[in-house]
Amino acid sequence: MTNSIREIPLSEGFFVIGSNTTENHPVIGSMIKNEVINKGKKLIVVDPRRIELARYADFYFQIKPGTNIAILNGFMHVLIKENLYDKEYVHSRCEGFEEMAHVIEKYTPEYVAQICGLDNPEDIVEAARLMARLKPMALYYSMGITQFVSGVNGVKSTANLQMLLGNVGIPGGGVNPLRGQNNVQGACDMGALPNTYPAYQPVASIENKAKFEAAWGVSNLSTTPGLTLLEMFNHAIEGNIKAIYAMGENPVMSDPNQKHVIEALKSLEFFVVQDIFLTETAQYAHVVLPVRSFLEKEGTVTNTERRVQLMHKVLPPVGDAKDDWWVIQEVARRMGANWNYKTSEDIFEEIRKVTPSYGGVTYKRAEYEIIQWPCPSEDHPGTQFLHKDKFTRGLGLFTPIDYTPPAEDADFEYPMILTTGRILYHFHTGTMTRKSKVLDENVREGYVEVNPIDAQNYNIENGEVISISSRRGSIRIKARITNTVKPNTVFIPFHFFEACANVLTIDAVDPISKIPEYKVCACRIEKINL
Amino acid sequence: METISLIIDGKKVHGEKGQTVLEVALKNGINIPYLCYHPKISKTGACRICLVRINGVALKASCVEPISEGMEVVTEDDEIIKIRKFVLELLLSDGDHNCLYCDANGACEFQSLVQRYSIEEIKPSKTRIPKEIDYESSNALRRNENRCILCGRCVKACKEIQVSNVWSFAERGSQTHLVADDGKKIGESSCVKCGTCAQLCPTGALTLQPVKGRGANWELTAIPSICIYCGVGCKIDFYKNKDNILVKAMGNYTGPNNGHLCVKGRFGFDFVHSDKRLKKPLIKKKGSFEEAEWDEALDLIASKLIEIKEKYGPDSIAALSSAKCTNEENYLLQKFVRSVIGTNNIDHCARL
Repeated sequence: MTNSIREIPLSEGFFVIGSNTTENHPVIGSMIKNEVINKGKKLIVVDPRRIELARYADFYFQIKPGTNIAILNGFMHVLIKENLYDKEYVHSRCEGFEEMAHVIEKYTPEYVAQICGLDNPEDIVEAARLMARLKPMALYYSMGITQFVSGVNGVKSTANLQMLLGNVGIPGGGVNPLRGQNNVQGACDMGALPNTYPAYQPVASIENKAKFEAAWGVSNLSTTPGLTLLEMFNHAIEGNIKAIYAMGENPVMSDPNQKHVIEALKSLEFFVVQDIFLTETAQYAHVVLPVRSFLEKEGTVTNTERRVQLMHKVLPPVGDAKDDWWVIQEVARRMGANWNYKTSEDIFEEIRKVTPSYGGVTYKRAEYEIIQWPCPSEDHPGTQFLHKDKFTRGLGLFTPIDYTPPAEDADFEYPMILTTGRILYHFHTGTMTRKSKVLDENVREGYVEVNPIDAQNYNIENGEVISISSRRGSIRIKARITNTVKPNTVFIPFHFFEACANVLTIDAVDPISKIPEYKVCACRIEKINL
Repeated sequence: METISLIIDGKKVHGEKGQTVLEVALKNGINIPYLCYHPKISKTGACRICLVRINGVALKASCVEPISEGMEVVTEDDEIIKIRKFVLELLLSDGDHNCLYCDANGACEFQSLVQRYSIEEIKPSKTRIPKEIDYESSNALRRNENRCILCGRCVKACKEIQVSNVWSFAERGSQTHLVADDGKKIGESSCVKCGTCAQLCPTGALTLQPVKGRGANWELTAIPSICIYCGVGCKIDFYKNKDNILVKAMGNYTGPNNGHLCVKGRFGFDFVHSDKRLKKPLIKKKGSFEEAEWDEALDLIASKLIEIKEKYGPDSIAALSSAKCTNEENYLLQKFVRSVIGTNNIDHCARL
């Protein structure tokens, strides 16, 4: 998030696109609901599913999956055409407006409505006019913006809109991605990425190589960016990757095109997994190491608003389970490294030295203060919102972006669109939530949401087990008939291994970020008991 | 902000314009008792427990009384004590407060006040109507309305914090009672089980289902940590018993969640006690896993990685890090991959 959770009361309105906030980030969802329902703030929602927030929205657009960029361009078209954008902000703080405006020109409300499958183009005009009146308006998004082959462009489009409205770099505004894992922000910050060292310092830079070689006392650092997760599996099948070391993770359940992932894991010469359970993925390992759960260890995590917080040991370890860091250190030592960390705080003190944005964070501050990076020094208060007065790069850059369709569209053979996601009572691959009584009892098995019109066409009853197929595979799953999805669209939560959505999903990825297109693929549904 | 000076119990204190007497008193460590007030919901001013004397004359509910310059406040005198006792006695006579059977015993604000004001045993009122007991319908909440003092915190928690508007009061006078939705049992209502009503309940009227039978409140230890689920990073006080079993999760008011939790943050932690947890290293031998000691497993991993690195080069090895692990663990794994293996093949589930 460019901004902070505690700024939610400062926003005059909210634009939520591609985030089922009340189910996937429920605490933030409730804060937004409080502003809208109890305080009369405005809400605009764009989502292919009629999610809970749609009920409270002043404008709700049920777009066809994969058409975010078209509708974002549509709003901007109206703002520019009607001169409603923040001209002073655009001219003093941004660049590239003319080039973007040129591309935006053709996104008339009528054209956008046609791409997005919307009946009423006039609503796009009215919603854009409302956005212009909301000072400030905060934009929230999640994987419903990013998990497309056009994911990077989707993100840039949200930034275009918020810059056009003058909503970046001010309290209560911002472009606010909601991160889906407790420490996905931190894992990225720490350089658990193929192209960057901690604090996003590129590995391809000779200066960074020298800097980290000096810090770590080595001379062998590579300047060639590594492989992303899906590329690792492709390379494993091709025979270039021989060993994978996995700390947690459950790619058999969480990655698209499950068959392909399993084939990759089977082709490895050596596969190590550290986990708290023998997951679907760990079954394919040669060695499985038992580690401690979050309640049995100490360390820091960084949340969606860049806030670094300290976790504490609540429970004693189970059996011979060890801390993940201890395991890594033991392997490293056996491979010749001279490491001697005694506590997680020892590691954190080293992190501070090589991660400028974390330089001023200490365990003590993380425990007692609200510390959001960048926090370069111990006397720095941390950063509540980014891009104040000027953008990190100087001027905010508008990027001209055209709508491009998803990798796979519905066709004669696979006439429906499948979209996937999470639900309130479960989390990711279900490893934890399905072993928690209250959550498991609420939703015990997977299901597919089918619109009543489709249910009628296919003669499907509520609760009936049907077959769903895509070009990647086929599953059997119970139908849940609901207006949450549009006709010709189905939704499957991906938490359930016995009805695994990722058997069906496509492994097409965004060319830049390599994010898979979980949110759209073509499928067909079939009745089993004719 | 305009600063206002006032005197509470002879002590000069300062507050900001718009603050109430109760807020300023609490901030200054002056312990005015209250029941319907809670810092995270709007003010009700209904229970009359927080009455104070203003400028030597008027008795006012301090939770809704705005401070003013030079105001003199007395938080307790004989008359105030008498009124507080009277209010507590009325509540006691109208309910069934048998602490021995109550989940909230030892963690009950009402019980503390009864103790503070030394109320002798009170006979039930003749007009008392037995009210709903529902320990079964919801797997999240236990409800005994005979312990409800109608403070309204649960109604406001559901309206203003969770914003689901499940709870409301029905009927009037001595008939007033709490209903879920339009009179459904809580387990059949639209409740999404965030448990915030139970967290704010000052008695044992609403409690969390899993606490039953896991230890008395005074036997529990609370340790704060951060939720393992989404990226909001809710701070949670985890309560465990003497046997190191988790009993309950309560939202911590200093975290980004401001005390609130969702159903996963409240009830999603049974997995740590699962008998399926891995306890020993496992090495696959002839197609099936066999338990091993750490040294054997670690030696095997190191020797295989060295062998593969020598045979195929460092770029033939890759690592998956985890957004469920700490910053320290992620840092160390990327350092291991880059400086010990010699490749940048490291990624995690950020895109999934």
